[in-house]
Amino acid sequence: MAIFINNETKVLVQGITGKEGRFHTGQCKTYGTNIVGGVTPGKGGQEVDGIPVFNSVAEACKKTGADATMIVVPPPFAAEAILEAVDAEIDIIVCITEGIPVQDMLRVKNGMAGRKSRLIGPNCPGIITPGACKIGIMPGPIHTPGGPVGVVSRSGTLTYEVVHQLTAQGLGQTTCLGIGGDPINGTNFIDCLAAFQEDPETKAVVMVGEIGGSAEEEAAAWISANMDKPVVGFIAGLTAPPGRTMGHAGAIVSNGQGTAEAKLAAFRENGIVVCESLGDLGKICKSTFG
Amino acid sequence: MKIHEYQAKSLFRKAGIAVPEGTTCTAKEDIAALIANMKMPVVVKAQILAGGRGKGGGVILGKTKAEVQTAAEKILGMQLVTRQTGEAGTKVKTILLEQGVAIARELYLSLLVDRDRCGIVIIASQDGGMDIETVAAETPDRIIKVHINPLLGLQGYQIRELIFGLELSTPVAGEFAALVKKLYALFTEYDGSLVEINPLVITRDDKVMALDAKMDVDSNSLFRHPDIKAMHDSSEEDELEVAAAAHGLNYIRLDGSIGSMVNGAGLAMATMDLIKQAGVEPANFLDVGGGASAEMVENGFRILLSDSNVRGIFINIFGGILRCDVLAEGVVAAARKVQLTLPVVVRMEGTNVEEGRRILAESDLTFNNATDLNHAAELLAAI
Repeated sequence: MAIFINNETKVLVQGITGKEGRFHTGQCKTYGTNIVGGVTPGKGGQEVDGIPVFNSVAEACKKTGADATMIVVPPPFAAEAILEAVDAEIDIIVCITEGIPVQDMLRVKNGMAGRKSRLIGPNCPGIITPGACKIGIMPGPIHTPGGPVGVVSRSGTLTYEVVHQLTAQGLGQTTCLGIGGDPINGTNFIDCLAAFQEDPETKAVVMVGEIGGSAEEEAAAWISANMDKPVVGFIAGLTAPPGRTMGHAGAIVSNGQGTAEAKLAAFRENGIVVCESLGDLGKICKSTFG
Repeated sequence: MKIHEYQAKSLFRKAGIAVPEGTTCTAKEDIAALIANMKMPVVVKAQILAGGRGKGGGVILGKTKAEVQTAAEKILGMQLVTRQTGEAGTKVKTILLEQGVAIARELYLSLLVDRDRCGIVIIASQDGGMDIETVAAETPDRIIKVHINPLLGLQGYQIRELIFGLELSTPVAGEFAALVKKLYALFTEYDGSLVEINPLVITRDDKVMALDAKMDVDSNSLFRHPDIKAMHDSSEEDELEVAAAAHGLNYIRLDGSIGSMVNGAGLAMATMDLIKQAGVEPANFLDVGGGASAEMVENGFRILLSDSNVRGIFINIFGGILRCDVLAEGVVAAARKVQLTLPVVVRMEGTNVEEGRRILAESDLTFNNATDLNHAAELLAAI
């Protein structure tokens, strides 16, 4: 089971001929991901490490039957790359690219309404169903297949840290995904939590948030109303100074909104088990749902 | 990225949005010549990026040329302290000399990206000239909000909602509608994250004019706005932050004593929190990037060591695609190169971690190797 992707997922890579694209395609393939093709306009007909390259997403889908794509193109072209994948009716679009202008994402997000595609990211590490399919830049070997824990996060390396601690405690993962550090993203916490709630293999969830926006507060209220699986929550940025963007474009406390304190309070009010210190996360998960 | 009032007003002028006539001045000896042909009164405005300039004494109205001269000489070069500058204040290098305007009404108008609704929001109020957060907190019914779908753009009924809400008279309404349209176009064309006019004034002869102008442009969009990029003024930023940015490092200076170097923004924030929880204070946020190359580590060391408050350094790296042994070699080489003498706690985890720890342990430098995050916290507390 797991969520969104599994061992039958056929994956394209948009931007496969770039240095990053080629490297991470290789890493995904080594992990066992079924990479069926790449897309770089003007380079159709070529091959990258044995993988066929197409001129457009539509053509690639027609010839390979791809139902997912990983976007690794530079920020000026990323919004259009997403829209091209949406028009080709790809089910799962994973956008790794960091630095897409926010107004581009406003248009993409509104333009995706009513379409069948799900966008994960942008500015995210991607998604992995351990042992089955990795679409992203996360290190594969730290993951443990088979569940029972689902992981959803706004961060990259912080997610790896969480997964590593789970693995160290003998807790495997169903699916782990980063929803991205940008102010506007495709899939949000609630989308992932709802999918984890539906997934019989997932017995518990770790949710990793950070300062900025109100996605964690909304997710907390949703959990309390809709979820019966235990959730452990962590928030990064208690010591972040207000008004400063902390690396991720979306990680900013502005006018007193989006503080770590408010998010932790929302977690507590809604029955989420709060992990205060990152070093304790694995142990807290073990004692909560181990 | 923030731009100065006079820069925002130059964009306004180009877009056909009325602003008072004015000129900038950067040298005291130029003041007399610049005001010689100006009609009185004239407003002298300090051009710094921080807010709260008026209350800090950075905006003065001069009714005569002598008054303007005195005010301009006082403000230009002063160390202006506002609620946003910190105690040291900011040196005023540029002033704006602006024609006074006969004001009938002061309004508030702003546009910003609304991340929660995934759109653009226009905020307006009849209470111009006041702090809008105070208005929103004390009299929320005096705030008008219009939510715009970026694909559909600004609609006529939305402009009318503003006009009726602001109780604008018929002669003014048409001009206001034109201004809002131009401002929305400017906001989308230039990838604004915020445009704020406070106050937007109705003059006694029924003109609508932007008396002030504040504009922030999305930093991620600067690749398509070379004209805005050229407006960047880094002189008000922390010098270490400017130096770090030049190396492509994401660095924010804080006032604690434990420097940290981390790969990834989320982990870097969590690491600052961990330092605080260990009973010491973080000196910075430093994200050397998810991949963290040896060169980035070396540049990171140099930035951290340039901060004289730093008494110890915490390196927290999750080696994934980048192997820990490669990283450890980079840390050792960089530490040697910058002649590191401060205590360093290293916590690394991930691929080839054993080999990485061995490289650190066997180097002739003393690293405090932490086996996990909680152990790292103990070592930090002992510094």
